[in-house]
Amino acid sequence: MNTLNAVRYYFKSFLLWELLQGLRVTGRYLFAKKITVQFPEERTPLSHRFRGLHALRRYPNGEERCIACKLCEAVCPALAITIESEQREDGTRRTTRYDIDLFKCIFCGFCEEACPVDSIVETRVFDYHFEKRGEQIMTKEKLLANGDRCEAQIAADRAVDAAYR
Amino acid sequence: METLLTVIIILLKIVALLVPLLVSVAYLTFAERKVIGYMQVRVGPNRVGPKGWLQPIADAMKLMFKEIILPSQADRFLFVLAPMLSFGPALAAWAVIPFGDGMLISHLDAGLLYLLALTSLGVYGVIIAGWSSNSKYAFLGAMRSAAQIVAYEIAMGFALVGVLMAAGSLNLNQIVLAQKGNLLCWYWLPLLPLFVVYFISGVAETNRAPFDVAEGESEIVAGFHVEYSGMAFAVFFLAEYANMILVAALAATMFLGGWLSPFEGIPLLGNLFAFVPGAIWLVLKISFLLLLFLWFRATFPRYRYDQIMRLGWKVFIPVTLVWLLVVGLGVLGHVGPWFH
Repeated sequence: MNTLNAVRYYFKSFLLWELLQGLRVTGRYLFAKKITVQFPEERTPLSHRFRGLHALRRYPNGEERCIACKLCEAVCPALAITIESEQREDGTRRTTRYDIDLFKCIFCGFCEEACPVDSIVETRVFDYHFEKRGEQIMTKEKLLANGDRCEAQIAADRAVDAAYR
Repeated sequence: METLLTVIIILLKIVALLVPLLVSVAYLTFAERKVIGYMQVRVGPNRVGPKGWLQPIADAMKLMFKEIILPSQADRFLFVLAPMLSFGPALAAWAVIPFGDGMLISHLDAGLLYLLALTSLGVYGVIIAGWSSNSKYAFLGAMRSAAQIVAYEIAMGFALVGVLMAAGSLNLNQIVLAQKGNLLCWYWLPLLPLFVVYFISGVAETNRAPFDVAEGESEIVAGFHVEYSGMAFAVFFLAEYANMILVAALAATMFLGGWLSPFEGIPLLGNLFAFVPGAIWLVLKISFLLLLFLWFRATFPRYRYDQIMRLGWKVFIPVTLVWLLVVGLGVLGHVGPWFH
């Protein structure tokens, strides 16, 4: 029996049997439907919990949500957030500086979880670039602008997620 | 005056052969990326020009504008000579390949010997490149290449001896004419083991996957051409593809009936396809063999070094020797339509 197997193995390898099987597999895939996503034109679907570029939100009346509690700064494991604050004329506490260093940020989403007023959020935006040194610091103005631009999507995503919280 | 005219005619013939050849070399790189992409369920390059058709031109432009770096410890003369040495023979060998009855640049009676000499010469490009770079990876690649070539050249030579015995001529034109008849009269059938051995040796000889240990990017970076950049690298790249086309052309000429139509002599089909010129058949056969090259690369992992040596010395050489005996008996007995 052993010799029979040996002979069979010998013939199989001599006739390139397994190599032909391999060629058949790749040959089949040559005609298979291609699964490439042509990126800038086509995009893959994203989860509503996707953690991309940060944004600061506003209330519907235009008032910024952030109350400078600094919980996000405290929870940030990468120490990417820097906040300075003072009292505004109307007596409320507001940030004068809200910087996120995107080179430090690890996009863990803890800042979003810690925020008591749903101010700092992470959006679905993931394709951005920097051209100069220093552009990776997201200042308060840039973050608020992001929020203004994406508010509809941000609000929709929070509404979907609300059921699980 | 007459000699001048002859020289001009020969030069025109060479240009008429080389220009389409170089274009097909460029587009073979594109075809390779497309075919391998398709086999990996991708679409391959499709951004440069319509459907990506300008990709090879973009690649060539990029490489042309890159700096050629000469390593300070390299042997400058040999370093520059090596890429030319690997590219030149791949082009020169085309002089004896017939595109139709008598349609070849040089009627060389020892055409097969000329081919063997030139294909072996191309390997020196690889070896000299590895040696003159004065880099350990390049040197390792060159040594691997040298050992591999020694092993496979012998098997390849024996396979060609089989063709020589069957056709009774060293002239490639005569070899094709000896295969006259339909596709069952070609030498691939009576010489099937030699055909397989020749083609696999050809893959090994051109340092293509799965025999690309001389390059072996995962083991020795890029092997013999680590130190090359810009156009010098591009010439190596082109040489590899030109050699592939050459090996495919030789296999088509010697085993698949060269320019002959596969339906010749078959009652209905023969007349139906009689209008197709021989060169088209040759190009189709070459294209099919080139597809095999790409298909192999998309399918097989790289051979381990000792396995390459085992395959060359312990399998191919004995197989060819045994089949030479069979061919000899066939020739003696004038068997079938093949051995006259």
